[in-house]
Amino acid sequence: MMQLAARAEPLLDVDNLVVEYGLGNKTVHAVSGVSLQVARGETLGLVGESGCGKSTLGRAVLQLRRAKSGRVLFDGEDLTAMEGEALRKMRRRVQLIFQDPIASLNPRRRIGDIVAEPLIIAGLKDAAERKRRVHEVLSAVGLDPELVANRLPHEFSGGQCQRICIARSLVLNPEFIVCDEPVSALDVSIRAQILNLLEEMKTRFGLTLLFIAHDLAVVKAVSDRVAVMYLGRLCEVGPSEQLFAKPVHPYTDLLLQAIPVPDPDVRPVEGVAVGEPPSPIAPPSGCRFRTRCPRADQRCSAEIPELREVVPGQFAACHHPLA
Amino acid sequence: MSTPLLTIADVAVELPTPRGNLRAVDHVDLSLEAGRTLGIVGESGCGKTMLSRAVLQLLPKKAKLTGRVMFDGQDLARLAPESLRRLRGRDLAVVFQDPMTSLNPVLTIGTQLMETIQEHLELDAPAARKRSVELLAAVGIPAPEQRLAQYPHQCSGGMRQRIAIAIALSCEPKLLIADEPTTALDVTIQAQILDLLAREQRRRHMAMIIITHDLGVVAGRADEVAVMYAGRVVERAPTQALFKRMHMPYTEALLAAIPKLETAPHTPLPAISGRPPDPTRPLRGCSFAPRCRYAAGRCHEAKPALASAETAGHLYACFHPIRMAAGVGA
Repeated sequence: MMQLAARAEPLLDVDNLVVEYGLGNKTVHAVSGVSLQVARGETLGLVGESGCGKSTLGRAVLQLRRAKSGRVLFDGEDLTAMEGEALRKMRRRVQLIFQDPIASLNPRRRIGDIVAEPLIIAGLKDAAERKRRVHEVLSAVGLDPELVANRLPHEFSGGQCQRICIARSLVLNPEFIVCDEPVSALDVSIRAQILNLLEEMKTRFGLTLLFIAHDLAVVKAVSDRVAVMYLGRLCEVGPSEQLFAKPVHPYTDLLLQAIPVPDPDVRPVEGVAVGEPPSPIAPPSGCRFRTRCPRADQRCSAEIPELREVVPGQFAACHHPLA
Repeated sequence: MSTPLLTIADVAVELPTPRGNLRAVDHVDLSLEAGRTLGIVGESGCGKTMLSRAVLQLLPKKAKLTGRVMFDGQDLARLAPESLRRLRGRDLAVVFQDPMTSLNPVLTIGTQLMETIQEHLELDAPAARKRSVELLAAVGIPAPEQRLAQYPHQCSGGMRQRIAIAIALSCEPKLLIADEPTTALDVTIQAQILDLLAREQRRRHMAMIIITHDLGVVAGRADEVAVMYAGRVVERAPTQALFKRMHMPYTEALLAAIPKLETAPHTPLPAISGRPPDPTRPLRGCSFAPRCRYAAGRCHEAKPALASAETAGHLYACFHPIRMAAGVGA
């Protein structure tokens, strides 16, 4: 099912992707048939609680985790069918930013070398040109290249390390970046700086982003469209503004109600959330959210709901949507 | 007004580091009455956890504590270790951020609950067991009988936090300190745990301190909020007053920097530039001055005292307080 308006050409087209992990003699159903598209120049937000498979999906897009079935089309080419050199070449166009900026920098290497590494791997032999590129991206993320290039990661705060990670991801001039919880490890005051930086970089370098996070307000701040994931499947996909104003999937509604609002006049509604997500080793039959859903009935346990357009532009996988 | 259950008077905590003394808590005064909830809000490194450790007398060995911590008529800093041990876990309970590390992985849940109960209340094993089951049921754990025989790793993160809360509540504490109790949890589970804490607090009429970095967590659930920055309380007010008429620029900036659900996508966030000062190199003036958009000459020279505003109970530490009619950014 195409979730984009007909005119938009998807840069990324994920088609019925299935990713499973072995766990002893059991199977973890991390991603179970997810289809989504990201248009060129768009930011798609992917939200869900821990263990819902959002990070696995991000990694499977980059082929860091191979899918059991399904396809990942990037600019029309199927990444799941690629191997070796072809995949390495393609990877220059897609990059990844992780949650923990300090852990994703090698503590023994200098910042200048860390940021230059992708250029070396890509085969850029001209040292002067490498230096020029490194300086360009470090300045772009708001760091002074002269001051930081010769220093080590431990000399920087978490927010600065995330700036360095962003610089590294930009150095090869990628078209597409998967941001996996890029601000969850940062303090509120630093988080806003990094979110603004990502937005700025997106415009300046003409990027397309898949922005993965558990915080709905953070996702809304940067996303054109949002996809909500629960236990390996997509619940709802739609334009940010519309999806947050009028969610049609009961799970999206629950998530929105559960967020603590920084306003004492908004009294928290007690008892909105019940139960916990079931295990992805033995997901419920039919709709996976049915065990916690106030609207669930017999049909929900018998029949897997397909993602369908419930209101124009807004898709939900639910037998009893809120619209 | 009744006598406060807890009075923190001029408490300072210093930690020796290779780079010099780190002033984690810088002369803090706070008080809390029975049945009330105090929210302590601040970013990492602001001293909120060290302050709670000072109350619990669980500071690192090398830490130097000055000031007084009066709890229920006794100065905890001067209490003998044995009396302190009897107090902690009984009248003074704590729930930590990470329930996996605060529970013992090699003991069953039943053992851990009953151990606390039998240590502090004079109950025999069957009575302690009965009470454990009641407590687990009270914190919303299904099939509590069976849970007693299980180990922490067999429970989810939310369940483990419920168990940690059950242990904390087991001896009917007068004060419960919840240090980032929901930070490690998902948002739907967070809502459940915050509901549970609020319900149990009302039922037991205990005092509660919620320590968090999330203004959203305290907005709906605390009676009073103290905002900490660089070891000091920089603003303190009844929750309504704080959110509606904040005077401290840091509070304003912190609230504004939070992404809001009502804001349209791609709206630039009013970020706070820079970062908190190095705690081993205290500034002469106001600690927030280098990042503050209202800062002027005097702010870099002297520390503003925590002073009173027009509203009763509203204190702030600023030379150029914001005077606003109604809530901005909220």
